[in-house]
Amino acid sequence: MANSYYDPADLRKFGKITEWSEELGTKFFEYYGKVFEEGALSAREKSLIALAVSHVVKCPYCIDAYTKDGLQKGITKEEMMEAVHVGAAIESGATLVHGVQMMNKYDKLSM
Amino acid sequence: MAIKSLKARDNELAIANKQLNILDGGIFAEGELPYFKDKIAEIGHFPLRPKKLEILQINVGYMCNQVCEHCHVDAGPDRKEIMTRETMMLCLEVIKNTGAHTLDLTGGAPEMNPDFRWFVEEAANAGIKDFIVRSNLTIIRANKKYYDLPEFFKKHNVHIISSMPHYTRGKTDKQRGDGVFDKSIKALQELNAVGYGMPDSNLKLDLVYNPSGAFLPGDQAAMERDFKKALKEDFSIDFHNLFAITNLPIARFLDYLIASGNYEDYMYALVEAYNPVAVSNVMCTNTISISWDGWLYDCDFNQMLGLKVASKVKHIKDYNEEVLNDRNIIISQHCYGCTAGAGSSCQGTVA
Repeated sequence: MANSYYDPADLRKFGKITEWSEELGTKFFEYYGKVFEEGALSAREKSLIALAVSHVVKCPYCIDAYTKDGLQKGITKEEMMEAVHVGAAIESGATLVHGVQMMNKYDKLSM
Repeated sequence: MAIKSLKARDNELAIANKQLNILDGGIFAEGELPYFKDKIAEIGHFPLRPKKLEILQINVGYMCNQVCEHCHVDAGPDRKEIMTRETMMLCLEVIKNTGAHTLDLTGGAPEMNPDFRWFVEEAANAGIKDFIVRSNLTIIRANKKYYDLPEFFKKHNVHIISSMPHYTRGKTDKQRGDGVFDKSIKALQELNAVGYGMPDSNLKLDLVYNPSGAFLPGDQAAMERDFKKALKEDFSIDFHNLFAITNLPIARFLDYLIASGNYEDYMYALVEAYNPVAVSNVMCTNTISISWDGWLYDCDFNQMLGLKVASKVKHIKDYNEEVLNDRNIIISQHCYGCTAGAGSSCQGTVA
């Protein structure tokens, strides 16, 4: 066992999850591959969405993977950073919109 | 920042054997990753053999006006290896008699060879179907004596293939040097002005994209769409095709991979992206590479690694296409660069 929870080299081993549950693993990777194909959204747009979500779910493997994927697709660093801000804005918005709940509760409890 | 060639820096990677030791050792020797030989043996392609010869690629010298960070030739202004007119004359004899349909001149910056124009004029008369010059674009703007190159190329119906790492200034200049982007844009506009790259023009202008870092190229067709849109909208530039080429782990790119701690990950990425379909079309199966001093190689990469063809015929002075075509192609782990994903060659993807 490694001495840290995250090892960058583990990303390469992602496919191994199939070894302990072949059916579910295979189905997952087929689904995953299909999701990222060109569709109504371009593969480029999907890559940027994935990058933003990677930050929101704070997955270091995903951040490595979709930064590299973005470079491969010719996505610029300005585009990547804007995508991260989109994720951050939604995440902070999700916190702040609860402020309304706090205000409602405050008002209800106050005379 | 201006850099020098590995050779001028006395970097040990300027020695081909040092590079080969790295490519054969480490993660491959330890069995973490399979040797290329074993991988192609699985599909019955070992030893790798040539098919019909289609392309003669002649490297007329390693001298270049640029010092790109990723250069597999380790080219630069400090490289003095230049093809002489005597060797060019031997090449012309071969060009006149070859069964190949394409002649591909490369470098360095081929235009810096003092006999370049003479050679192009002579070679254009040899009746070859597709005559390519790999021009780095900035050479056209480097000095007054090169300003008329677009007209010169047009006169001899030369097919231009030029490198353009990105359609943004930042990425281009980081890989190829400050100011390269603006000069390249200007050169492309001048090529367009004489008819190169225009939608219905027979004057072919293709661009080469190779990644500016330790990652593989994306989908060639998607990149072409992005390049065409951006270059047209921002600079009114037209071109025909974009070739996405994978950087092979040799020379300055190998030095970069090691220095930046990316070597192992990059080799993993190449091996993971290995595509057996690409193996049957790798360019060494239809190309002969000729060096500035007349030696023969399976490809430009093997030339830089000092791996001369495994044939009785090793030099242009003894050239014999039949004997040469009956040979085993020399391979090492750098070959994974040509079989990754959709494959990679000097003419773009192969699978």
